[in-house]
Amino acid sequence: MTRLTVMVDGVRYVDDVEPRTLLAHYLREKLGKTGTVVGCDTSNCGACTVHLDGRSVKSCSVFAVQVGGSEITTIEGLARDGQLHPMQQAFHDNHALQCGFCTPGMIMQAIDLLGDDPDPDEQSVRAGLEGNLCRCTATRTLCVPCLMPRRR
Amino acid sequence: MPCAWQITPDMKSPPAPPLAVDTVHCAGEGIAIVVARDAASAADAADAVEVDYDELTPVLDMEAALADGAPLVHPELGTNRNALWVFDSGEAGSGGDVEPAIRDAEIVIKRRFRQQRLIPAFMEPRSVVVDPTGEQLTMWSSTQIPHILKTMVALTLGLPEHKVRVIAPDVGGGFGGKLQVTPEEFLAVLVARRMGKPVKWTETRSESLLAVHHGRDQIQDLTLAARKDGTVTGLKVELMADMGAYLRIITSGIPILGAFMYCGIYKFRAYRFACTNVFTTKTPTDAYRGAGRPEATFAIERMMDELAAELGMDPLELRERNWIKHEEFPYPTVAGLTYDSGNYEAATAKAKELFDYDGLRAEQRRRREANEVVQLGIGISTYTEMCGLAPSRMLGALSYSAGGWENTSIRMLATGKVEVISGVSPHGQGHETVWSQIVADRLSVPFEDVEVLHGDTQSSSKGMDTYGSRSLAVGGIAVVKAVDKVIDKAKKMAAHLLECSEADIEFTHGKFTIKGTDRGVTIQEVAFAAFAAPNYPEGMEPSLDSEATFDPENFSFPHGTHLCVAKVDTETGWVRIRRYVCVDDIGTVVNPLIVEGQVHGGLAQGIAQALFEEAGYDEVGTLITSTLADYLMPSAADLDPERVAPCFPGATLTSASGAEFAGTVQIRLGPIALQYRGSGRFTETDQAAHRSVIKATGTAAGGQGTAAVTVQTSLVEDEAGTAVTVATDLTITGKPAQFGRGLIEDVSRKIIGQFADCLSASLGQAEGPRQQRRHRRSSASMMR
Ligand code: FES
Ligand code: FES
Repeated sequence: MTRLTVMVDGVRYVDDVEPRTLLAHYLREKLGKTGTVVGCDTSNCGACTVHLDGRSVKSCSVFAVQVGGSEITTIEGLARDGQLHPMQQAFHDNHALQCGFCTPGMIMQAIDLLGDDPDPDEQSVRAGLEGNLCRCTATRTLCVPCLMPRRR
Repeated sequence: MPCAWQITPDMKSPPAPPLAVDTVHCAGEGIAIVVARDAASAADAADAVEVDYDELTPVLDMEAALADGAPLVHPELGTNRNALWVFDSGEAGSGGDVEPAIRDAEIVIKRRFRQQRLIPAFMEPRSVVVDPTGEQLTMWSSTQIPHILKTMVALTLGLPEHKVRVIAPDVGGGFGGKLQVTPEEFLAVLVARRMGKPVKWTETRSESLLAVHHGRDQIQDLTLAARKDGTVTGLKVELMADMGAYLRIITSGIPILGAFMYCGIYKFRAYRFACTNVFTTKTPTDAYRGAGRPEATFAIERMMDELAAELGMDPLELRERNWIKHEEFPYPTVAGLTYDSGNYEAATAKAKELFDYDGLRAEQRRRREANEVVQLGIGISTYTEMCGLAPSRMLGALSYSAGGWENTSIRMLATGKVEVISGVSPHGQGHETVWSQIVADRLSVPFEDVEVLHGDTQSSSKGMDTYGSRSLAVGGIAVVKAVDKVIDKAKKMAAHLLECSEADIEFTHGKFTIKGTDRGVTIQEVAFAAFAAPNYPEGMEPSLDSEATFDPENFSFPHGTHLCVAKVDTETGWVRIRRYVCVDDIGTVVNPLIVEGQVHGGLAQGIAQALFEEAGYDEVGTLITSTLADYLMPSAADLDPERVAPCFPGATLTSASGAEFAGTVQIRLGPIALQYRGSGRFTETDQAAHRSVIKATGTAAGGQGTAAVTVQTSLVEDEAGTAVTVATDLTITGKPAQFGRGLIEDVSRKIIGQFADCLSASLGQAEGPRQQRRHRRSSASMMR
């Protein structure tokens, strides 16, 4: 067991974790943050995407012990004072989801994408979401929330 | 494990225990159960289980499996044939005999198509929790069919049905893949009961790809009879369908759903369909995305194209010659169904216009004549599909052991809020939104005042669940009927309250008023009065609650015209969809955003079957596509529409200073698209000798692999012009590596060729015949 101190969604946690525990499993099983979901075992699906010190990572490909001292934001930490994050709101408004399983990861990745390029074109959005799989809709509807800046 | 579809009286059904007993019949079959306190310890313990297998001969090929003396998947059955199911229009009286039609035909086209095996690959892997400690056994499962599961658990495990409660909470996709009762669900119940405490089972993605039932996997042999003018006169379909190693809940019936769709939208009057179901040592197959029907649609549409090519006719004209005209509905088909309506002319005319069909055909001709490297392919589908899988008597006639009615109850709460209890529960289709829309609209109550309850057999006691495009077409009508019952009853109550005759009451904008006056009561007031019920009419029961069950007389037959043009690089196999137009007549659209998402998702999976996906097995019967790195589900990037390619294919510089640069490069290999983000530098530049060496490394977006490249360029003036020599060394890992050296070399050679062209152009030396280009060497190495 290794001692881990980490901020998750604005709260400081100190836990003893097994070195092999993946960040995704730590978030889900230890902290109960089941908003972060696991869709694969080969880092392909992106469903588990969270922010590690402000950048998106696939939490299934990071060990919990690697994030000591860092700040993690999950989908559950995005809303402020009962207000959805603008990206969550954009997904909601545009119905950019069906079953919703990929959605937490999509939203976290979409926020990161706009961090890099606040006004991307559709191709950049598609390319930026390449590591996130959606079986339900997979196409244009997913890109719409990221394209909102261009539409305004 | 139960199979609920005995398609013929003599269908062979092997015993299907939830855990293998003595013999394992396919990879993915459970052999032991490990129970532990947490998933990691369970995985450790499972690793410690040693199994000593005696190898048996795998049965992987359907035709070989049917040959005399073939090794048998289930020796006790004496054959690998599960069943032979035949529909013959001559025998059924829905048309003539097909053999004379073929004999007398002016043209006969025979083709064999293979529907490759696919994996549903819903994003949420299956998961089950069973709590045996309460009065009822409670089971949470990521399933499409909580009601059927409840009944099956009771029937199969001998539990009293009223002591079982199944909850399907938000379910992360299904596509038919969760239309199943699975060994793991039954085993979880058994283990939980044995332990006397709750247990949870969740599969990994690799387990999911291996053990969830697969879809498709058919060999289709078709014989089409036609006249020289393009009129189709008959069709014979001989199908082989891979069941896999066992029959699951409706495995055997999936291919025969296609029997009704091979005639498509066409009027030919002689048809025979014979399907041989075959056991192999692969994962069982069952419902997936259309289940039997898209396979039929693909085959008949392909045959129409083949016939058009044979006759030198335009494939749309050929279709029009054969399809049912809009004034001919209702139309009894040769396959024995009656299509209620359709307007194939209108859908096709609209699609042609949106697509610029004539323009694209002209461009296609031009490229063919010029023998260009990049050619255009135009795909057409004018389809219909039997949807709204319901008519209970029709399903009964097919020996399906359950009906397809659907049920809704409405609770009008005392405060005027509304609960809608639905027998169908969604896994992404948006029932909550759409049911609320229907109820709010019809009752004129605020959308927010409606709550949809579903997916819990305790609150929603009756339902046939969600599959077969039936939720809105069947369940939605049950909602409408239940609302109308509420209104009928409320009208009686309102008349009583207003002391007038029921005939004088009208219901508009949520209010019951006496015609011609403004005296009235709102639906909420009526609901309260009927709930509190201090005073209500003779013969009426208190409360406005209602229940309706809907069992339609017929399927519904949405249709559409889909046109797709793809660019195909004949040297590298690179395929890119340039335009896709679909015009679908799907009836009443309740929510356009949901419809758009559903259509796009369906298209993505169809395109994926064409370009990306196949469940592959090696020669010993091991699934080789058992991770999402190997089973290629497309992402948004793989499905982007065309854009104008920049000069250096797919590259964008994000920063450059001195010898250092960073940027992104997008490459396409066969069907996949990858974007690499990386950086590089000029390690050598010799201006005088026009020589440079660039080293760059990058990581594919989304962790799909890495690439490292060294590019040496040199420009040499000679009497013929400037020769650009480019040598590259490319190393890639991850997703693209599976395409093999040949394709990668082709693609890299081409990209480098374009790079060299671009370089020449930017040097201002591109014009005219003086320019020459030599590629000395390009090599690629791969690691997985
Ligand atoms: S669960 Fe992390 S990428 Fe799939
Ligand atoms: S919404 Fe279902 S996987 Fe994306």
